[in-house]
Amino acid sequence: MPSTLTSVWSLTNRFLEWFGNLGLFARQVLRAAVRRPFEGRELIRQLDEVGSRSLPLVALAGAAIGAVLALETRSSLVQFGAKSMLPAAIVFSIIHETGPVVTGLVVSGRVGAGIGAELGSMKVTEQIDAIEACGVNPYKFLAFTRIVACILMLPLLTLAADFCGVMVGWIANTLVEPISFQKFIHQGLAGTSFNDFLAPTLRTAAFGLIIGMIACFQGMRTQGGTAGVGLSATSSVVLSSLFVILADVILVKFILVFFS
Amino acid sequence: MMHLEQVVLLAAEESRAVAIEGSAAKTDAPALVLQDLHKSFRSQIVLNGIHLNVSSGETLAVLGRSGTGKSVLLKLIIGLQKPDSGSIHIHGQEITGLDLDALNEIRKKMGFLFQHAALYDSLTVEHNVAFPLKRHTKITDSEQRDRVKELLAAVGMEGDLQKMPADLSGGMQKRVGLARALALEPAILLLDEPTAGLDPITSGEIDELILKLQEEHDMASIVVTHDLHSAKTIADRIALLHEGNVLIEGTFQELEKSDDQFVSEFLKRDS
Repeated sequence: MPSTLTSVWSLTNRFLEWFGNLGLFARQVLRAAVRRPFEGRELIRQLDEVGSRSLPLVALAGAAIGAVLALETRSSLVQFGAKSMLPAAIVFSIIHETGPVVTGLVVSGRVGAGIGAELGSMKVTEQIDAIEACGVNPYKFLAFTRIVACILMLPLLTLAADFCGVMVGWIANTLVEPISFQKFIHQGLAGTSFNDFLAPTLRTAAFGLIIGMIACFQGMRTQGGTAGVGLSATSSVVLSSLFVILADVILVKFILVFFS
Repeated sequence: MMHLEQVVLLAAEESRAVAIEGSAAKTDAPALVLQDLHKSFRSQIVLNGIHLNVSSGETLAVLGRSGTGKSVLLKLIIGLQKPDSGSIHIHGQEITGLDLDALNEIRKKMGFLFQHAALYDSLTVEHNVAFPLKRHTKITDSEQRDRVKELLAAVGMEGDLQKMPADLSGGMQKRVGLARALALEPAILLLDEPTAGLDPITSGEIDELILKLQEEHDMASIVVTHDLHSAKTIADRIALLHEGNVLIEGTFQELEKSDDQFVSEFLKRDS
């Protein structure tokens, strides 16, 4: 029993220590962010890295979700005689929840692992020290640019996932029972307001902040050679995915209170 | 009766005084002054009251067993780590309490060659060398390219501008690292194991390169090394670290004359 208590105490301590260090890291990034130079070139490079290179995967994931939703939901709705609700069910589900969450999780896997491994490898090979020794702030050059790229790109990638999901949902639906795209969209968007679309999409900016911040933090505190790099990449994905899901729960409640 | 350690410390103090006098003769004030520098990691004391001076145009080699804090010493000087106590003066300015902006200004006066070169592996050789120039100078792109070519030519790498660091050998990476360290024409050059992991011929080439650059740029240099032959070739003075302190400091000949057992064993083992 005492050993269990000790383990719980130690785990709690480590968790609080991790959170404290994350807070200090965030403060350093914020302090670096307001100072010149603003590292525009590196930011553009990161926008490309996070945005363009994640696009195919995110589009594919969105398309798969659209197809699965169309096929799965159809049989349920037919059972209840609500077949005409199918476009609304697909569009509403994708825009509100599936699109943002799937995009967040796909990006946390691809980009989170990439940032964790890249910065981890830079840390153990003293490249981050070399940047600092050149008189350049690594919190701005490496962390701030990546975090901003994640914040800006997540909503755009979500739009791409939503679009692909709705398109493939319509195609899957049309293959079973032909319906024009115009009619599908008209029925799908019936009863939805701009807030239904805006709030969930902007919610993913918070996912971007979480993914960028955690991946940069885990990468820049890497220790212990190549084993440490692997650990940083894994922990970046696990922690950022976990916090994306937690943030989703909190933000859904927040959106329901303030935007509905 | 005086304890042997006290005798050795006194000898070191005396040697240091002579060396400082010698340095003072070269220039008015030392470029770099370390006073009573202490650094520990948890309970492990790494540096325990280090005093060192280096003047412009002078090269100091820091020797010592692995884990004696030689690389830590360089990282304290460039501000990558903070000392527990003591002071570091760069051209008369104390740097240990500076904020990041002020420290970055000081860092522009220093060049650092890392043990494994630490080239940015996502950038080409050209962009690695241009990295400090892009951030700290207002020269045009064509001037920057010319400067990079000039720096790479000085280290014999002018034909490898577009290569990636992964395509270079260890010696070539060190050369590029040296070119990057010299990009802002530093007044102080810090070299961490410049010949480690290199074959004797490449080591000799790097030593010659350092000597040549030293003559051309008149910098104050600190070279951390295990390579006694290299230290003998490139250094004006040598400081031997032992148990967190400078055990002895002086020219190579002065070290050879020392009758301290550790010094003799260290020189014998490496010779």
